[in-house]
Amino acid sequence: MDFFYQTFIAKFNYWIYVILMMIGLFAMIAKNNLIKKLVGMCIFQTAIILFYVSIGVKQDARIPILTKDEVPHGGHYTTEHHDGHKDHKADQERPYIDAKTITNPIPHVLMLTAIVVGVSTLGVALAIAQKVHLHYGSLEEDEILAKIPLGNDG
Amino acid sequence: MKPMKLAALLTVIATGGLLLYATSDLPDWGDPLSPANAGDLSTHYIQDSRDDTEVPNLVTAVLADYRGYDTMFETVVIFVAGLGILSILGQGKRVEPLAEPVASEGNRERDMITITTCRLVVPIIQIFALYVIAHGHYSPGGGFQGGVMLGASFILIALTSGLPDALKRMSQERAIFLAGLGVLIYAGTGLLCMALGRNFLDYEILHKVLGGTGVKARYDSMLIVEIGVAFTVMAIMFIIYAVLSSKGRMRGGL
Amino acid sequence: MVEQFPIIIIIAPLFGAILIALLGFRFQSLCLPAVVGSLAISLAAAVGAFLKVLEQGTVLYNLSGWERVTTPRGLFSVSIEYRIDAISGLVLMVIAAVGLLNAIYSKVSVTTETPNKVPHYYILYLLLVAGLAGMTITNDAFNLYVLLEISSLTSYALIAIGSRRAVLASFNYVIMGTIGASFYLLGVGYLYIKTGTLNMTDIHSSLATIPKDSASIQVALILILIGLWIKMAFFPLHGWLPNAYAYSPTATGTLMGPLVTKVMIYIMIRMMLSVFGTEYVFDHLQWTNIVVGLSVVAIVAGSLFALSRSDLRKMLTYLIVAEVGYMVGGAWLANSMGMTGAIYHILSDAMMTFTLFMVIGIVITRTGETQLTAFQGLFRKMPITMVGFTIAALSMIGLPPTCGFFSKYYLVRGGIEAGQWAYVSALLFSSLINAVIFFRLIEMAYFHGGKAYGEEITDKDHEHHRSRGKDLDAEPDGTLEKVPCSMLAPMLIAAASLLAIGILNRPIAGWINAALETLNLAQGG
Repeated sequence: MDFFYQTFIAKFNYWIYVILMMIGLFAMIAKNNLIKKLVGMCIFQTAIILFYVSIGVKQDARIPILTKDEVPHGGHYTTEHHDGHKDHKADQERPYIDAKTITNPIPHVLMLTAIVVGVSTLGVALAIAQKVHLHYGSLEEDEILAKIPLGNDG
Repeated sequence: MKPMKLAALLTVIATGGLLLYATSDLPDWGDPLSPANAGDLSTHYIQDSRDDTEVPNLVTAVLADYRGYDTMFETVVIFVAGLGILSILGQGKRVEPLAEPVASEGNRERDMITITTCRLVVPIIQIFALYVIAHGHYSPGGGFQGGVMLGASFILIALTSGLPDALKRMSQERAIFLAGLGVLIYAGTGLLCMALGRNFLDYEILHKVLGGTGVKARYDSMLIVEIGVAFTVMAIMFIIYAVLSSKGRMRGGL
Repeated sequence: MVEQFPIIIIIAPLFGAILIALLGFRFQSLCLPAVVGSLAISLAAAVGAFLKVLEQGTVLYNLSGWERVTTPRGLFSVSIEYRIDAISGLVLMVIAAVGLLNAIYSKVSVTTETPNKVPHYYILYLLLVAGLAGMTITNDAFNLYVLLEISSLTSYALIAIGSRRAVLASFNYVIMGTIGASFYLLGVGYLYIKTGTLNMTDIHSSLATIPKDSASIQVALILILIGLWIKMAFFPLHGWLPNAYAYSPTATGTLMGPLVTKVMIYIMIRMMLSVFGTEYVFDHLQWTNIVVGLSVVAIVAGSLFALSRSDLRKMLTYLIVAEVGYMVGGAWLANSMGMTGAIYHILSDAMMTFTLFMVIGIVITRTGETQLTAFQGLFRKMPITMVGFTIAALSMIGLPPTCGFFSKYYLVRGGIEAGQWAYVSALLFSSLINAVIFFRLIEMAYFHGGKAYGEEITDKDHEHHRSRGKDLDAEPDGTLEKVPCSMLAPMLIAAASLLAIGILNRPIAGWINAALETLNLAQGG
C-alpha cells in the first residue's frame, strides 16, 4: 500500500503527463493522416504544459498575485532618492510574505511562452498541411508518397 | 504499415518508461519544499519582486521584467508565425482590398440577426480586451490574452459579415505593419534603455523619460511592452485566421 | 558601447527585420540593404565581442539589468544572462559571416525563386540568423528553447516557401523538429525540478549538490541529447534533413546547411561542458563507447549515402550527416584533444559546406543541371568558381593547408588518445569516400571538357542556352563564368577563409583550449 501510494498517488501528475505524452508521440510518429499527426503534436505539447504547471503547485497555496495589503494598490510606496538609496515606507506596515503560501510563478511564465510557441507551430504546420493538400490533393501520407516519382526520395 | 506502427509503439513505450523511471526521485505533487518551489529563484520572485517592481501579479512581473527578454522573443515567435504562414500560403503581392464583396465561394447570404449581434458584441469584446491588457498588473491578463481577444473580435467580424468585410477594416498590409509595430514597441523600449546607457531592457533608467522613480519606471514600462505584445498578437491572430480559412486567397473564407 | 556588443549581435538582425516589416512591403528596394546592413553590424559586434573575450576572458551580459543576487548558498541569477567565451565567440562570428555572405550571394536567387515574397523572405532570414546567434550566446536554458523555436519556425517557412516537393519535406521537418524541441524542453523541465533554476551556470553549481546517481538527472541528459540529436540530424534521426535542404530555395539551403546542424552541435557541447559538467558526463556516466559507436555508424552511413547519390545537393546533405557524426564523436571522446577537434570542426565544416553549397548553387543556376554530370568540363568554362570548388573539396577530403586537414588532425589524435580505433578508422574511411566523390567531380570538371566528351557537352550546352533564350555558342571559353559578382565574391571570400582558418590553426586551437581549460577548472575537474 505504501508503495502504491508513493508511486501512483503522490506522483499522479507525472503519470498523467507521461500517458498524454505517449498518446501524442504515437500519433505524431505512427498516424498516416497529416492532420492527425498535428493533433498528436498538440497533445504532446499540452502534456508538457501540464507537466510544467504541476511542478509549481504547492499544497494549499494561493495564486501568485499579491493582495492589496501586501502591495498597496497604486501606492508607489518606495521612494528612491537620486543617490540610489531606497526608502521603504514603514516596513512593518507590509505583511511578511511566506513563500510557502504562494504558488511558484516561474512555471506559469515558462508555460505562457510554451503555449505561444505551440500555437505558432500549429499555425505554421496547418499552413504547410494546406499547401500539401493544394499540391497533392490528399492528406494521407501513403497516397502523397505514391504520387512522388520513385528515385526522387531519400 | 504494421511493422512501422509496432516500431512506433515500442519507441513510445520506451520513452514513456524512461520518463516514468525518472519520476522515482522527483518530488511529490504539491510539495512546497521541492527544489523548484523552495529554491532561491522562486523565493526571490515571490518575496522581493514587490520591492523591485511593485507589480502584485508575480507572473506579470517575472514575464515582463525579469524574463522580459524571453517575452520579447515570444512576441517575435508570434510575428514569425504570421509571416511564415503568409509566405507559405499567401499570394505574396499585395492583395487588392476587395471593395465589392465578391459573390464567390463561402459568401453566404447575410443574416441580419448575426450581423446586428456582432455589431453589438464586437465593441464590448474590444473594451474588455483593453481592460485585460491594462489590468495585467493586478489580475491574470496582459498583452497576450488581451491581444488574442482583440484578434477574436476581428475574426468574429469575418465570421459574420465575411472575410472581405473584415479585411476592409484590417487589411493584410495593415496587419503586418501593426505586428511589426508591436515588436518595435517592445524592442524599441529595450533599445531606449540602451541609448540611455544601461543594458538592454533595463527599464529602471526609463525614469528619465517617464518620470518618477526607477521602480515606477519598471512598473510603467511593463505596461508599454504589454501594449506592444497586444498589437502583434492581435494582428497575427487575425492574419492566421484569414489565411488559413481562405487557403491563402484572402477572399471567400469560411 | 563595448559592453553592449553581445546584445547588438542579436538585436541588429531583429531591428533589420522590424524595419523590413514596417517599410519593406512598400519599398522593396530597401530589403536587401537592410539585411546586409544589419548583418554587417552584427558581424562587427561579434568580432568586437570576440576581441574583448580574448582580452579579458569570459564576458557576461545581463539582460533587464538585474545583478546576481547573493544568498547564503552563493550568487544566483534572477534574469536572463548572456555568456561569451572564446568558443561561442568563434561560432558567433561564423554565424554572422555566413549570414552576411549568403545574403549578398543570394541577392539574385531570392528575387527569382520567390518573386512575390521578397520582404517575407528577408524578414524570416534575418530572424533565423538572430535565433541561431541567440542560441549560441545565451546562458539560460529556457531562453535557448525560445530561440530554438524561432529558428525552427523560420526554417520551416523558409523551406516550405520553395518548390512542391519542399512543402512535404518541410512538414516532416515540423514533426521531427517539434519532437526534438519538446524533448529538449522536457529535459530542461527535469533539470528545473531538481535545481530550481534555469541559468546554466547556476544549474551546474546546483547539480554538484545532488547525488550523482539521480535517475532524473540522467534522464534529463538523455532527453536533451535526443532532442538535440534530432535537431542536428545525427544518423538514425537524420530523416528530415536531406529532402528539406535539397528541395528548399537556394538561399535557404545555403544558410541552413552550414549553420543549423553546427549550432546544434555547439549547444550539445555547451550542455555537456557547462551544464552537466565533464566530470558527470564522462567520468560518472561512462557513455563514451555508446555515443562514439553511434557516431561511427553515422559517419560510415552518411558517407555511403553521399557516395550513392547523383543529385548534387542531395549528395551534399548526406555529407553533412556524415560530418555531424565526426563532431558528435569528437565531442564524446572524453579528452580535450577530441573536444578541440570537434569545436574546430564546427568552424571549418560550417565554412566548407557553405562554400560547397555556394559553388553548387552557381553551377546549378549556370548549367541548369542538378546532377553530378553538371560538372563536366567546367574548369574551362567557369575557372574562378572551380578554384573555390577545389579549395573546398580539398578541405572536405582533409588535405593541408586547408582547415579540414587540421580539424581532422585533432579529431584523429583525440581518437588515438582515447583508444577509439573504430572512430579513427571511420574518419579515415570517410575521408577516403570524400576523396572518391570530389576527385571524381574534379576530374570530370577538368578533363571531360576535352574532345572525347566535347560534342556531347556542347550539344547539352546548346539546349540549355536555348532554353534560357541565350545564344552563347559563338563566345569563347569561360563564358559560363558570367556569374554576377555578387555570387562570386562571397564564394571566393568563403573559400579564402578555409585557407585562413587552416593557416591560423595554432591560435584558434589555442583559444579553444584555453576556454576548455577554464570550463574544466570551473568544474573542479
